[in-house]
Amino acid sequence: MQRSVYLDNAATTMVDPEVIKAMEPYFDRHYGNPSSIHQLGREAREATEASRDRIAASINSRADEIVFTSGGTEGNNLALKGVAFANRKKGKHIITTKIEHKCILNSCEWLESEGFKITYLDVNREGFVDLEQLENNITKETVLVSIIHGQNEIGTIQDLQTIGKICKEHDVWLHTDACQSYTKTELDVKKYNIALATLNAHKLHGPKGVGALYIREDVEFVPWQHGGGQESKRRGGTENVPGIVGFAKAVELASNKRHIERMTKMRDKLIEGITKIEDVSLNGPRGSRRLCNNANFSFFGVEGEGLGMALEQEGVLTSTGSACSSRSLEKSHVLKAIGLSDAEINSSTRMSISRFTTEEEIDYAIEKTEYAVKKLRAISPIKKAKEVLKNVFGKSA
Amino acid sequence: MYSEKALEHFKNPKFAGEIKDANGTGEVGNVACGDVIKVYIKVNKKGILEDVRFQTYGCVAAIAASDALCEMARGKHIDDVLKMKYEDIVKELGGLPPVKFHCSVMGIQALKKAIEDYKKKR
Repeated sequence: MQRSVYLDNAATTMVDPEVIKAMEPYFDRHYGNPSSIHQLGREAREATEASRDRIAASINSRADEIVFTSGGTEGNNLALKGVAFANRKKGKHIITTKIEHKCILNSCEWLESEGFKITYLDVNREGFVDLEQLENNITKETVLVSIIHGQNEIGTIQDLQTIGKICKEHDVWLHTDACQSYTKTELDVKKYNIALATLNAHKLHGPKGVGALYIREDVEFVPWQHGGGQESKRRGGTENVPGIVGFAKAVELASNKRHIERMTKMRDKLIEGITKIEDVSLNGPRGSRRLCNNANFSFFGVEGEGLGMALEQEGVLTSTGSACSSRSLEKSHVLKAIGLSDAEINSSTRMSISRFTTEEEIDYAIEKTEYAVKKLRAISPIKKAKEVLKNVFGKSA
Repeated sequence: MYSEKALEHFKNPKFAGEIKDANGTGEVGNVACGDVIKVYIKVNKKGILEDVRFQTYGCVAAIAASDALCEMARGKHIDDVLKMKYEDIVKELGGLPPVKFHCSVMGIQALKKAIEDYKKKR
């Protein structure tokens, strides 16, 4: 049987068997509705609240500031729209960045159609937000700043402490999409002055379809999903109890600092091995300001989707920002925002590891990448790397 | 999303490479758009394509379409080759996702350019 090395953990992760074990009883034994007052309902309620406590503790918030959701997309929609509509008499301006996840950008686009004004901040070559531009763009109309914590494509971890300070000085709320960074770097809502934070479970070996939005007590907010008063009237709908229990278990297991150290080592081994291949560049920053599980490369003369398939045929599963990537034919807006040329974007590949990735798997992935790149370059008409690099990439090799 | 046949062409292309003594070449696309296909042809005195080879920078569909194109054009007269349509390649590959049809169109264009080049040189 061919082996399989999964390097697409930024897309989603394997559910930890311990998480599955923790969830199981809540399907067929403690299956009550947390709103019911009988024994089964009370069991479900207790499990939900214990999970809430654990997640609150992990970000240094209060338990009643945690609202369970169906995941990252819902959390981000809820944060932006919930704050925008609750405060539209105060101001209709929101500041975000050009490197947000699509669910933020598309929510913003929709808010614009509803009469809100959105500012999209630039980032530098490594994906860091221009802090001066942030400060200069805050006006009396600004109610919310929304900035992604750990970038999903290039791994940039924003300086939330400084961003939080700026937001506090100007008295605007700061929301952060922490779906990728949660448990992979510190997220302390008090220390960073964060007013809202989007979390989810399936990026950290929890189940899909569950997440949470942290909403600080003072944030004026309207619910988006109206229902039977669940989540203190902030999000209607019967709680996904097995999912919530699994989420909390996943957070418990992921919160071991040793995982970060280990993943960082693996990531750096991968980056070192891949960038040894000729004409390969790393996209995004190096070191501690990069997510410990993320690597992203441009392979000169090799198209991203083609490389992805060639790697898949060797059992290595990755992801690409290329316009050719499968269904969309849309280039990565993130790689564009950091100033990559179309050629570099079309040659990009993301490799994201997990705490389960082994050193041997990294070696295998490096070897197979070298092989696939060589094979594809052999049939490519683009040969003179240095000349073309100068012309197309706008830099000398 | 790709057929077994398309994947096989991608994995083991039979006609990748240059023809050193080609008497016609055609190239379409650019790196910025995502695909570059270059076709080399060797035409004999009777107007038959004795050899057809390709070099492609591109996605799975572009590489598979290039290889299928060479296979289909080989041994044919240039007049017949000029009648080839992109649909023929899509069919040969057992279908392609509609967003990838342009890859086969580019292959046909590169081949036709190579034939034009050959006619000019003659």
